Amino acid sequence: MRITQGCFSFLPDLTDEQISKQVQYCLANGWAVNIEFTDDPHPRNSFWEMWGLPMFDLRDAAGVLMELTECRKVYGNSYIRLSAFDSSHGWESVRLSFIVNRPKEEPGFRLERHEVEGRNIRYTTKSYAVDRPEGQRYGAS
Amino acid sequence: MNEHASITIRGKDRYKSGVMEYKKMGYWEPDYVPKDTDIIALFRVTPQDGVDPIEASAAVAGESSTATWTVVWTDRLTAAEKYRAKCFRVDPVPNSPGQYFAYIAYDLDLFENGSIANLSASIIGNVFGFKPLKALRLEDMRLPVAYVKTFQGPATGIVVERERMDKFGRPLLGATVKPKLGLSGRNYGRVVYEALKGGLDFTKDDENINSQPFMHWRERFLYCMEAVNKAQAASGEIKGTYLNVTAGTMEDMYERAEFAKQLGSVIIMIDLVIGYTAIQSMAKWARRNDMILHLHRAGHSTYTRQRNHGVSFRVIAKWMRLAGVDHIHAGTVVGKLEGDPATTRGYYDICREDYNPVQLEHGVFFEQNWASLNKVMPVASGGIHAGQMHQLLDHLGEDVILQFGGGTIGHPMGIQAGATANRVALEAMILARNEGRDYLHEGEEILAKAAMTCTPLKAALETWKNVTFNYESTDMPDYAPTPSVSL
Repeated sequence: MRITQGCFSFLPDLTDEQISKQVQYCLANGWAVNIEFTDDPHPRNSFWEMWGLPMFDLRDAAGVLMELTECRKVYGNSYIRLSAFDSSHGWESVRLSFIVNRPKEEPGFRLERHEVEGRNIRYTTKSYAVDRPEGQRYGAS
Repeated sequence: MNEHASITIRGKDRYKSGVMEYKKMGYWEPDYVPKDTDIIALFRVTPQDGVDPIEASAAVAGESSTATWTVVWTDRLTAAEKYRAKCFRVDPVPNSPGQYFAYIAYDLDLFENGSIANLSASIIGNVFGFKPLKALRLEDMRLPVAYVKTFQGPATGIVVERERMDKFGRPLLGATVKPKLGLSGRNYGRVVYEALKGGLDFTKDDENINSQPFMHWRERFLYCMEAVNKAQAASGEIKGTYLNVTAGTMEDMYERAEFAKQLGSVIIMIDLVIGYTAIQSMAKWARRNDMILHLHRAGHSTYTRQRNHGVSFRVIAKWMRLAGVDHIHAGTVVGKLEGDPATTRGYYDICREDYNPVQLEHGVFFEQNWASLNKVMPVASGGIHAGQMHQLLDHLGEDVILQFGGGTIGHPMGIQAGATANRVALEAMILARNEGRDYLHEGEEILAKAAMTCTPLKAALETWKNVTFNYESTDMPDYAPTPSVSL
C-alpha cells in the first residue's frame, strides 16, 4: 500500500526538481525546512527522527537538496519527509509537509479490533513494519 | 446628517413624567467618542415613512439598552448616562433610499462576561420588532479586547487541528454523506469508508441527521468509527467523521458526545439551531475532551440573507468565534448557496485572522482585534466539484475545508474514485501554486495534466465540466472599492 500522509502523496513521486521548487517556496516565505525520517510511519507517530536541525537562515533550496541526498544515502529505504516551520506569531507550527522518499515496499497497517462491552470495539492500528526491530524494518538498509 | 449637535435634555426636565423623543433622552450623542472598551454595533435602520432617521436610530439605541416607551423616575437611582447606549453617527446607505447606517456604542458593563446569550439578548432583543421601524438589520459589531478575553474561543483552533490531523499546506477535504436521510447505520458507514479511503480527510453528518427511525444515533456512531479506523489503517493517515450530536436536550447531547469520545472520534458536530448557550456548553466540553467541534449553520439564512432585516452572517461568525466552535460553514462563492465573493471574503477573514482592518468593500465596518483567540476553520460546502479547484483555492485560500458531497458520492466510477479525483485535483493545484504558476488562469490546464495519470479525475472533469451556479446575490457589500491615490 502507499501511505498517503503529507501534502503530495496522491501525485506521482516528486522529482528532485519538483522538490526543489517546493523548498524554494518555503524559503521565500521565511520558513525553515527540516528533513525527517522514520521506519515507523504510524499515522500518530508525530516525531520522526530529525536529520540535523531545521535549516534556519537558508536562502537557496540547493542546500536542502544536498542534505536530502546525504540522508537518502543512509536512510534510502525509509520514509523521509520535508517539513517547513513558520515561526510567525499565531502559527508557530508546520506550514507544509510532504514525503520525499519511501521504502521499496510499503507493507502498511493492520487494524486490530478488541471487542469490549456491548457492541463497542477498541481499534488499534499496527504497522506491519514494526513487527521487526528498529533498523531491520524494510529489509537491510 | 452628523452636523446635528446633541439635543439631549439634561437635569430635572429629563425626568418629567410622560413620553419624550429618544433623541432627546440621551440616546443620540453625535459628539460621543466611543471608548476602547465599548461594544459598537452597526445597524441598518429602515424607519417607517415620516419617521426621522435620527429619532429611529436613537430609538434603536434606547430599546437595545435602558429605555422603555416612557420616562421612568427609577433611572435616577442609577448611573443612567453610563448605561444608555449612544447612537453617535447616522449615515444614509449608499444607493438605498430610506435606509440608514446607525452606529451605536454600548458600555461594557451592560454585558455579562463570556455570554453570547446575554450579548444577543440586548443587541437583537426586543428592538427588532419595534413598530416605528419597517426593518432593522445588525450589520457588524466591534468587540473590544476586554470582552473578547472573557470568552474561551475555539476549542481547538486551526493550528492545533492541523497538528492533530497531521495535515499541512493544503485545504482539508470533506464530504457530506448522501442521501441525507434514509440510510441505515451500516449503509451509512459504507459511504464514510469509501470516501475516506479514497482520499478525503473528513466525512460529515448532515444537519438533520440526528436519531431517526431509519438510523438510531448509536448505530451511526458505531459503523462510522469502524469506517474511520479501517480507512485510517488503509491509508496511514488520520481520518475523521463529524458525528452530529445535536439532540433535543443538553443531556442527550452530552451522552452522544461522550459516546463519540469513547469510540475514539477526533471530531463531533452541532447545529446552529441548538442555540448560543448550548453551543458554548459544547465548546467547553470539546476543549475538556480534546475534540474538534464542527458547527453547521443550519437555519441562519432565515435571518442573514435579506439585506434589510435580520442579522448579517459576519456578526454570527464573530459570535461563533467567541462561542468556541472550530469549524463553521461560511460559503463557497462558486457553489449552490448564497454568497458573493467580497462578502464571503469578509466572513473568512473574521474566522481566520488575528486582526481585521476596516474593509467596507468586504462588508467589514470595524477594526477587530481578536487578541490571539484561536482561529476558526471555515467550511465551503454545497455544489462544488473538482473542476473548480483553482477558483476555490483563489477565493478561499489554504485554511479551509472543501466539502464535496455530491462531487464525491455522485462520481460515475464510485465514491472512492470521487474522493481520489478531488484529492488529486487539490494536490496538483497546490503543487502548481507553490511552484509560482498562475494557477487561476492555468487551472484547467493543470487539472487536465493531473487527469492524464488519474482516470477518476478525468471522469469527474467530464461529468461536471459545465456545472456552475451563477445567480445574483441578495446580500452584497454596500460600498464598492475606491482606488486610493497616493500623492
